[in-house]
Amino acid sequence: MSKRVTTIQGTEAAASVAHRVSEVIAIYPITPSSDMGESADAWSAAGRKNIWGTVPHVIEMQSEGGAAGALHGAQQAGALTTTFTASQGLLLMIPDMYKIAGELLPFVMHVSARALATHALSIFGDHSDVMAARSTGFAMLASASIQEIHDLALVAHAATLAARVPFVHFFDGFRSSHEIQKIEELDDDTLRRMIDDELVWKYRANRMTPEAPVLRGTAQNPDVFFQSREAANRFYAACPGIVQEQMDRFAALTGRAYHLFDYVGAPDADRVIVLMASGAEAAHETVEALNEAGEKVGVLKVRLYRPFANEQFVRALPPSARTVAVLDRTKEPGASGEPLYLDVVNALYEAGITDRKVIGGRYGLGSKELNPAMIKGVFDEMAAAAPRRHFTVGIVDDVTDTSVPWDPAFTVEKADVTRALFYGLGADGTVGANKNSIKIIGEETDNYAQGYFVYDSRKSGSMTVSHLRFGKRPIRSTYSVNNANFVACHQAVFLERIDVLEKAVPGATFLLNTHVPTDRVWDSLPRHIQQEIIDKKIKFYAIDAYKVARETGMGQRINTVMQTCFFAISGVLPREEAIAKIKEAIRKTYGKRGEEIVKRNYEAVDKALDNLHEIPVPAAVTSTFEKPPVVSDKAPEFVQKVIGAMMARPADLVGEHIPVSLLPSDGTYPTGTTQWEKRNIALEIPVWDPETCLQCNKCVLVCPHAVIRSKVYDGALLKDAPPTFKSAKARGREFPEGTRFTIQVAPEDCTGCALCVETCPAKNKAETRLKAINMAEQPPLRESERANWEFFFHVLPDPDRRGLKVGTVKGSQFLRPLFEFSGACAGCGETPYVKLASQLFGDRMLVGNATGCSSIYGGNLPTTPWTTDAAGRGPAWCNSLFEDNAEFGLGMRLALDKHEEYARELLTRLREKVGPDLADALLTARQKDETEIQEQRARVAELTRRLASLDDPVARQLATVADALVRKSVWIMGGDGWAYDIGYGGLDHVLASGRNVNVLVLDTEVYSNTGGQMSKATPLGAVARFAAGGKRAPKKDLARMVMTYGNVYVAQVAIGANDAQAVRAFLEAEQYEGPSLIIAYSHCIAHGINMQQGLEQQRLAVECGYWPLFRYNPELAAAGKNPLQLDSKPPRVPFKDYAYRETRYSMLAKAKPEVAERLLRQAEAGVAARWRLYEQLAAMPWSGTEAAPAAAAGA
Amino acid sequence: MDLATSYLGLKLRAPLVVSASPLSRAVDNVRKMEDAGAGAVVLFSLFEEEIRHESLELDHYLSVGTDSFAEAQDYFPEPEQYALGPDQYLEHIRRLKAAVSLPVIASLNGSTLGGWTEYGRRMEEAGADALELNLYRVSADPGVSGVDVERLHLDILAEVKKHVRIPVAVKLSPYFSSMAHMARQLDWAGANGLVLFNRFYQPDIDLERLEVTPNVVLSTPAALRLPLRWIAILYGQVQADLAATSGIHTGADAVKALLAGASVAMLCSALLQRGIEHLRTVRSELEGWAAAHEYASLDQLRGSMSQRKYGSPTAFERANYIRALNTFAG
Repeated sequence: MSKRVTTIQGTEAAASVAHRVSEVIAIYPITPSSDMGESADAWSAAGRKNIWGTVPHVIEMQSEGGAAGALHGAQQAGALTTTFTASQGLLLMIPDMYKIAGELLPFVMHVSARALATHALSIFGDHSDVMAARSTGFAMLASASIQEIHDLALVAHAATLAARVPFVHFFDGFRSSHEIQKIEELDDDTLRRMIDDELVWKYRANRMTPEAPVLRGTAQNPDVFFQSREAANRFYAACPGIVQEQMDRFAALTGRAYHLFDYVGAPDADRVIVLMASGAEAAHETVEALNEAGEKVGVLKVRLYRPFANEQFVRALPPSARTVAVLDRTKEPGASGEPLYLDVVNALYEAGITDRKVIGGRYGLGSKELNPAMIKGVFDEMAAAAPRRHFTVGIVDDVTDTSVPWDPAFTVEKADVTRALFYGLGADGTVGANKNSIKIIGEETDNYAQGYFVYDSRKSGSMTVSHLRFGKRPIRSTYSVNNANFVACHQAVFLERIDVLEKAVPGATFLLNTHVPTDRVWDSLPRHIQQEIIDKKIKFYAIDAYKVARETGMGQRINTVMQTCFFAISGVLPREEAIAKIKEAIRKTYGKRGEEIVKRNYEAVDKALDNLHEIPVPAAVTSTFEKPPVVSDKAPEFVQKVIGAMMARPADLVGEHIPVSLLPSDGTYPTGTTQWEKRNIALEIPVWDPETCLQCNKCVLVCPHAVIRSKVYDGALLKDAPPTFKSAKARGREFPEGTRFTIQVAPEDCTGCALCVETCPAKNKAETRLKAINMAEQPPLRESERANWEFFFHVLPDPDRRGLKVGTVKGSQFLRPLFEFSGACAGCGETPYVKLASQLFGDRMLVGNATGCSSIYGGNLPTTPWTTDAAGRGPAWCNSLFEDNAEFGLGMRLALDKHEEYARELLTRLREKVGPDLADALLTARQKDETEIQEQRARVAELTRRLASLDDPVARQLATVADALVRKSVWIMGGDGWAYDIGYGGLDHVLASGRNVNVLVLDTEVYSNTGGQMSKATPLGAVARFAAGGKRAPKKDLARMVMTYGNVYVAQVAIGANDAQAVRAFLEAEQYEGPSLIIAYSHCIAHGINMQQGLEQQRLAVECGYWPLFRYNPELAAAGKNPLQLDSKPPRVPFKDYAYRETRYSMLAKAKPEVAERLLRQAEAGVAARWRLYEQLAAMPWSGTEAAPAAAAGA
Repeated sequence: MDLATSYLGLKLRAPLVVSASPLSRAVDNVRKMEDAGAGAVVLFSLFEEEIRHESLELDHYLSVGTDSFAEAQDYFPEPEQYALGPDQYLEHIRRLKAAVSLPVIASLNGSTLGGWTEYGRRMEEAGADALELNLYRVSADPGVSGVDVERLHLDILAEVKKHVRIPVAVKLSPYFSSMAHMARQLDWAGANGLVLFNRFYQPDIDLERLEVTPNVVLSTPAALRLPLRWIAILYGQVQADLAATSGIHTGADAVKALLAGASVAMLCSALLQRGIEHLRTVRSELEGWAAAHEYASLDQLRGSMSQRKYGSPTAFERANYIRALNTFAG
């Protein structure tokens, strides 16, 4: 058998086996498993066949629960099935998992194990999800490395057929799922030999068929249910043996031997650690190093976790082990120990072994690092006279003192391994280049190669850290590079933010990309960097990669330039050979994209070396500046101490500098923290021209990051203005004489997206290329504009909300945004709507936010964008889950309504005591506009004051709920993946409840946050993840479906097409005393557009009739009018002129022109038909007798 | 009269050629052209910018936002195989060649030296019978002299000729200081045909939006005058075949072009306005005129009113200008 090596990511290692041995694959996106489903979908779309010569069917479902149901059905009908999931997705599958296991159906699901959302969401790896499924009856097989994922995936698929027990094959999310390693690839022949056709046929013969009908899924009574459950025992008893048998067959075929439990270490070890998945690799490496140093330690790797084979476990454990530490990557609060620990304790107990000391520790929750230093910390703890029976490792728990200490300086890294760290910017292509480098080294040399990539949580201007290792021996280092002999900093600005040389070893090489000329590079470094270079005797190289990229037409992508420099300096390959390999890789990666791009990359390679220079290192530090503080000293203490600590080391997996005591125990954080993170990521920022400006405030409305603000104020305040502060006479009769108007930009928070410039309707009369707002380089403006922003924000007051025409674009944009400086993509199409809601209703708003882009840019630490007004009021925000958001928001409404009702009851009882006038005014307040709401607030303040003076238990009760008397606005926000798919059932129910909630669907027409997977909002003919061949079904018309209730306010908006209509819709929706739904067109990076043109795309979407604008207001029906108002004109642009400006459509035309043409025709017909229908609905005469049912059933 | 003729060494059944236009994007249209009596078709242009930019654009949109965020390493499934615009153009040539028997002339439009010129070879491989090289350039840089511009034209032609064996015609603008000299240089550099002239799309200004808007103005018969003059002047002075384009709307226009010395008359605007079927009318008008005036062959007709063969050589030069002014004044 030929051995073929490949360098792949863990997800591909699993999916490549799963796809080849399956017939039906049902999927749903969830991080970090989405890649597996995407690969399966793409392979099937490309016609890749399974080992029986047929292409597996891949279907995306509306949720993981749906996927599990579909798979269960497919299994009952006899198909070989698989799926891929993680975390909440696995939880949603649990009900079906019980069924599948109960019916002894062979099946394997591959799980990139991930944390479950508790006090917070975490997309990162641990075992809390698989542990939550451990009682389902599924067998559980754990893989520790990329090779193991590939191998044990096959073992699982083979074993399930033989055992008739379904399998969860799991590995660590991100650490394994997204690590890239060189592995030996399993060919189809090996798969054919492992998968026994006889067993496949036997399975198939058991299927449901009318030819030989049977009945399953009975309801059983107490007489037989219990016995029937026990009837399956023998399958579980046989399962471990069958798994071992399959492992042995596999070993015979490949030479790679696995066991249910694999022990590594001294045969006479006195201390043994037991654990599973990726941590076992780090432990393996540590044990070898410690034993070389004379210790006697070992590690027992658990591969088959369920059924837990007690006997085999005890046999695998050296009898010499006096102390056993069981490490669990999960937490079960309140349990007497974590699950694996309890299994081990029980196995030893049942074997009659009672003379061992067994201790249990938690590690690695949410991808927290587990490195050799920490593992040694555990061994040291085990050697203590009285080791903690329950401990944690990898954190500093200074509250309950669970954590074992470790020495961060301890390392087991060998000298023969090249270890490299690359600090890059998301947009500069660093990660892509490193992935390419790993492939080159892994597949073109006899080196083993490993790559792991860490990102911060921003979608714009994010920092990436690439951890690469190369060496002649297999690499088991499942932790970050902490001792780098090569460090590259691809963005000089990072030198002022983080210590990039902290992890460089003495004698390391440092490569810096900087625009500073070679002879001035040294002086441009901060003192601490110079000091480290000198102290560690670092060899220092520099290149102006952006110059090379510019000259070769590569724009901002410096990937090829920096990759070439890495190979040139690191010496991993001879220089000439490396260049030839890089060029081969370029041809392979970009060849399909056209000759021009290949040519430019080649030029970049050739020019890189000419511009690479070694920088002489003087004997002493010459720099005069230090790294500035991460957070301003004006920030609140919590921000400085806690948030600042997170910001100081972004993308850091260790984080030992943030102890437990600093962190909230229930996940509650202050709002308004993005203002303290000055990211300075824009190369250019908008500059306002007061002379040209029409004062329309459109730029303020569309700014996705709320960095453009406008104010009207008394001109007398300008006496203290900074010298470059700009203003103009305020236009508008509503403003008294002397009122000035200013548009101000927050220079350090801008992302430079230029949507503001695109939307500006004004032109400079003398020079028409200029508008009233124009982009200019940020660095020269930073200082002056920072001062102007400070003056604008802190000195000039916000205009009085009561005097503003908030129903207009202009008026609404004088309201302070209470959502600012988020980490959304530059030019994001969602955030302007979120911001608008925060401006209009933020000071009395509760937000339930579905998981997705909006919950990530809205709530991902370290800093969050929801903020407060000058009075300290602002949106209260919470994310529950993906699937339950509508219900979650409804719950808020129910609580508010109940408390309001209760407050009114109490107030009525206290009417005389608090004063009848005040009580009556409070009870009858209308609260429909700003003035009325502020008046009510004043009354509540007065009530609270009076209640405080009453010695009355009823008064004390009322004081706790008095605030409910002020009108609150509940907003349920999320994307189309939530509203159209996974949360649709709940959304439907909530809208049907009649309660006063406002639902904002940020419709990007894909699951944007997880990489653009198809949802039911994805339009016909568009390519998306999971719709690689173009979506064949039309977009669900959610608005029309909801209109059928008659009592739901429904609006479809697109600010790029009609901003005034959008503002009107938000206000009407909020004022409507019942459920409201706003569906907002949100252009997105996943559409494959120039984000600067996002608003233009919105306009075209409306003008071609694809996205009609309308408002359906049940109040009109109640008044005898047609409730549906069309706010856009009949189509006047061909659909194609809109669609084919987007890669999601044009891609299909390149890949499958005939299919694209057919789908385009269908889409055009669909657009026309839908428009006609809406037109007719809006034109229907309305007598008033059709009036909708009473709106607010519960209010 | 037998209308069969030769252009670029290709045998054409009529001296009427459909010039580059969107009409040739559909195979059915080209079938209709053949049925209506076209001698050949010049396909819509493949632009240098298309070749360069589609590659860059696609790469940009497939790369932007990738490897930046833990949950979304990228946003599009990149198909295992796809064809960029230029590849689709080649596929279109293949399909046309399978569908029609009239000669298919591919059109390559550019203005700088670069890798795009290599596409000529690929067009040849795809089955194109000839190439029309459309050197569309607005020389806006005051630092670039007329000599530089002429040199560039010749270099591009040489570069394209290097890659192909099929004949190459050059479509030119009339804006050369010495048109005749330029024509001869191109002739010497190996141009098999000269197509006179390119029509520049002239910008317009939108007064409300204060924006420059591209404005497609279809030709009128008056536009024929310019090519007519230069074909008449060049006929017999260059070996390259001459093709008249711009302003040919009727059989009479075609006759004029042939009389001046054109091998073929090219039509575009007239067909866009009146439909492909209009070719039949033009053809029958051409035949009718020749019959009525008792011409025996196209050879007899072609160039008979060229500068060389017309009695008064100055008629096409400055004297003609003076006469026109007089006519106007009178």
